[in-house]
Amino acid sequence: MRPEPRLIEIRKNVLKQNDLVARSLRERFHDAGVFVVSLVSSPGSGKTAFLEKILTLLRTKYRVAALVGDLATENDAVRLARSLAPVKQITTGTLCHLEATMVQNALEGWDLAKLDFLFIENVGNLVCPSSYDLGEDLRLVLISVTEGEDKPLKYPTIFNSADMAIITKIDLAAAVEFNWETAFNNIQAIRPGMPVFQLSAKTGDGMDAYLEFLAARHKELRQAAAV
Amino acid sequence: MHELSIAMSIVELAGEESGRRSAQVKAVHLKLGALSGVVKEALLSCYEMACEGTALQGSRLLVEDVPVLIFCPNCKAQRPISSVQLFCCSECGAPASAVVQGKELEVVALEIEECVPNPV
Repeated sequence: MRPEPRLIEIRKNVLKQNDLVARSLRERFHDAGVFVVSLVSSPGSGKTAFLEKILTLLRTKYRVAALVGDLATENDAVRLARSLAPVKQITTGTLCHLEATMVQNALEGWDLAKLDFLFIENVGNLVCPSSYDLGEDLRLVLISVTEGEDKPLKYPTIFNSADMAIITKIDLAAAVEFNWETAFNNIQAIRPGMPVFQLSAKTGDGMDAYLEFLAARHKELRQAAAV
Repeated sequence: MHELSIAMSIVELAGEESGRRSAQVKAVHLKLGALSGVVKEALLSCYEMACEGTALQGSRLLVEDVPVLIFCPNCKAQRPISSVQLFCCSECGAPASAVVQGKELEVVALEIEECVPNPV
């Protein structure tokens, strides 16, 4: 016996397993007619405050639910439960992002056909979540006015992977001398054409425009499913 | 920092392929896109750790960096971007959001040593 070195071609995506689960989730979501939004941001950008507000407002007209990822504690699920929408916490231990399998497991026992919207709040992290598809229709990246206008330039990968950006805490914009135009231009430099909303979950400013957007996308989804 | 779990997936994937061929892996060739969200240096240091105690122990990870290419709507061609801070065509400057290359995280080949019978 003698060893014979040679090169064999493989061509396999390292995240194939995650992508397969995400694809099957996406099919399930579409079949059930539920519009799925995932939220990514750095810790403290206001994902949970935004989500609590949006769940409360949507609940009057739609059937909504949320999954919320954190390294530890059930605090966010407790906060979001105040909206009276069904909420499940995913604690990841030391993992810095959600993976499609975690979403799949968390959905066990839920009847997706009884939902109009599902929100998935990722772990607060602007790096790792960018690589993992969760089967969502829309990936939303949030930045708060207190973080500075250049956040998109510092984390181009996640901003490029997102479908939409939201600038949060605009009630604090004047106090931190936030420059909307600079922030908007920085987002456009990373993802040309990406829609950008600005709002305050605290005062409710800008929430209506976002609710209208969600309602329109939900209608589109239901119409497409009906064809 | 998710490079360790990525490294473990690479080891698992390469282990499955080489196990099927009863071969020893000497090196894993990986394509890594600039938009993959994975840091090469972190991945390389995690790789060694992920290999420990597996059939891949002692193997090398060879990373090929893949730059971002976009489809420029103006030039009607694939072009590099100005920089990762500016998704514009490097030729004409038109903004471009259609990424056609740069998200790769792909094992492309394995360098293996197979045990073959001696010629009689």
